[in-house]
Amino acid sequence: MIELWNALPLLIQILLKIIVIVLPLLGLVAYYTYAERKVIGYIQVRIGPNRVGWRGWLQPIADAVKLMMKEIIIPTKADKTLFLMAPMIAIAPALAAWAVFPFDEGLVLANINAGLLYILALTSLGVYGIIIAGWSSNSKYALLGAMRSAAQIVAYEIAMGFALVGVLVAAGSLNLGDIVNAQSGNILTWFWLPLLPLFGVYVISGVAETNRAPFDVAEGESEIVAGFHVEYSGMAFAVFFLAEYANMILVSALAALMFTGGWLSPLPQAWVHGVFLLDDGFHWLLLKTFFFMFLFLWFRATFPRYRYDQIMRLGWKVFIPITIVWILVVALAVIYKLPPWWSA
Amino acid sequence: MGFEKFLFYVFSLITLWAAGMVITRRNPVHAVLFLVLAFVTSAALWVLLEAEFLGIVLILVYVGAVMVLFLFVVMMLDVDIATLRAGFIRYLPLGTLVTVVMAIEILLIVGPKNFGLDAFPAPAPLGADVSNTRELGLLLYTVYLYPVEIASVILLVAIVAAIRLTLRQRPDTKYIDPSRQVRVKKGPERIRIVKMVAETEYATLSAADQDKE
Repeated sequence: MIELWNALPLLIQILLKIIVIVLPLLGLVAYYTYAERKVIGYIQVRIGPNRVGWRGWLQPIADAVKLMMKEIIIPTKADKTLFLMAPMIAIAPALAAWAVFPFDEGLVLANINAGLLYILALTSLGVYGIIIAGWSSNSKYALLGAMRSAAQIVAYEIAMGFALVGVLVAAGSLNLGDIVNAQSGNILTWFWLPLLPLFGVYVISGVAETNRAPFDVAEGESEIVAGFHVEYSGMAFAVFFLAEYANMILVSALAALMFTGGWLSPLPQAWVHGVFLLDDGFHWLLLKTFFFMFLFLWFRATFPRYRYDQIMRLGWKVFIPITIVWILVVALAVIYKLPPWWSA
Repeated sequence: MGFEKFLFYVFSLITLWAAGMVITRRNPVHAVLFLVLAFVTSAALWVLLEAEFLGIVLILVYVGAVMVLFLFVVMMLDVDIATLRAGFIRYLPLGTLVTVVMAIEILLIVGPKNFGLDAFPAPAPLGADVSNTRELGLLLYTVYLYPVEIASVILLVAIVAAIRLTLRQRPDTKYIDPSRQVRVKKGPERIRIVKMVAETEYATLSAADQDKE
C-alpha cells in the first residue's frame, strides 16, 4: 500500500491529500448549517428542520440541490466579471488556509515554518470577496454592507493578530505543530490559562472576523436587507455561504489548536499513554473544534446585534489595548520562566 | 528550464501585466484590484527568492490591510473619468519620452552589467529547517536596532499627525459617552414619573365627537 502511494507522482499525491482535507470540510460545512438550524431551534424552543429525511438529516442536501437549480441573476449595470469572481475570491482563502493546518502530530499537508503567519495572511484576503461583491452588485444596500464589513474586518484583524502574537511569544514558534507541542502537559498547561485575556479577545474577534452575530452588521437584515450578498442568488450565493461557514470552522479549529492544546489530551500523558480514546489524537482536536463551533451558534441565538459605533469602540479601544498589555505580560513571563508553563 | 524558473516567469509576467493594467484601466476600482494582483504575484516572487517572511508580510500588511482601505476610499470617490481622459493624446508624446528615458536609466543601473549572475552569483539554497523569521528578527534587533527604532518613531509621529489632522470637535454632534450610557439604571435618572390628576376634558371631547357622528 505504502509502495503504491510512493509510486504515484508528487503532484497526484498532493492533489489526493487536498481532496482528503477539502471534501470532509465541505461535508462539515453542510452539516454545520443543519446543526445551526437545529441548535438555534432548540434554544428557541422549536424543533428546527424535520421534514427531509429522518429528523431532517437530509435538509442540507435538499438545500444544496435547490440552490444549484436556481438561476444566477446578474443585476443590470453590475460589473459582471467581478460580480461572478467575488464568491470565488471569498472561498479560495477559506480553503487554502487549511494547507498548513496540522491535524495530528506530523499529519499536515505543508509543514512550513511561518504557518501562523500564512494563515493570518490568507484570512485577511477573505474580505476582498465581500468588498468586491458589494461594489460590483451596483446596489446601495450591498455597497453599505461591504463598507461596514471592510471597516470591521480591518479593525478586528489587528486585535486578532495581536492575540496570535501573544501565542507565538508564548510558544516561541510560528509553526502550528510546534505551538501545540509547546502546550504539552495537561489541561492547565494549555495556553488558554496564561493567555486568558488573549483567548477571550481571539474568540470574540473570530466571531467579528467571520461577520457572525452579534457582529453581523455587514448583513444586518433589519437595516440593509442582506448586506453585501443581497443581489446574489443560486450557486453564487451558496458559495458565499460556504465561505462563511468554512471560515467559522477555521477560526474554531485555530482556537482549538492555539489555546486548548490541539490534539493533546486534557489528562497528563503519564496517565493516559496508550489508553484508547484518552490518549492524544485527532479526536481531541475535533472535539475542541466542535465546542468552539457550538459557541458561534450559541452566540447567535443569545445576543442582539451590536450597534456599529459600539463594534468599532470595542475593537479599537478595548481589545487592542488589552492585547498589547498582555503581550508585554507574556513576554515578561517567558523571560523570567514563570512555572509551570515556561519553567523548562 | 526548472520548475522554479517556470514559476518565476509566470509570476513576473503576471506582475508586469497587472502593473500595466493599473495605469491603463479607466475604472479606478479595477485599477486598485490590479494593483492587489501585482502585490500578490510580487509576494510569490519573494517566496521564490526564499524570503517567505517578507512575502507573507507583504500580503498580510499591504494586500490584507492597506489595499482594503485604499479600495474603501476609491469606491467612495466619484471620479469623473471624462476629465481624467481629457488631454491624453496631447500629453502622450511627452509621456512616452519620459517613460522611455526612465526605462533606459533603470536598465542601465539594474541591467545585467551591475546585477548580473557574474556580479551576484545565486546563493546556495538554505535548508528547510532555516527559519526565515528568526534570522530576520535576530538581524533587525541586534545589528540594525537603531534604524528599526528610528523608523518606528517616525511611523509613530506619522500616526499622531494623521490623528491630529482628522480630529475635530463638531458642536452639532450628538455623541453619547458609552461609559455613561452603560451606567444608566432603570430608576429615577432615566425616566421621571409624574403623578397628575386625570384630565376632565376627555369626557366632553368624546361627547362632542359623538355629536359630530
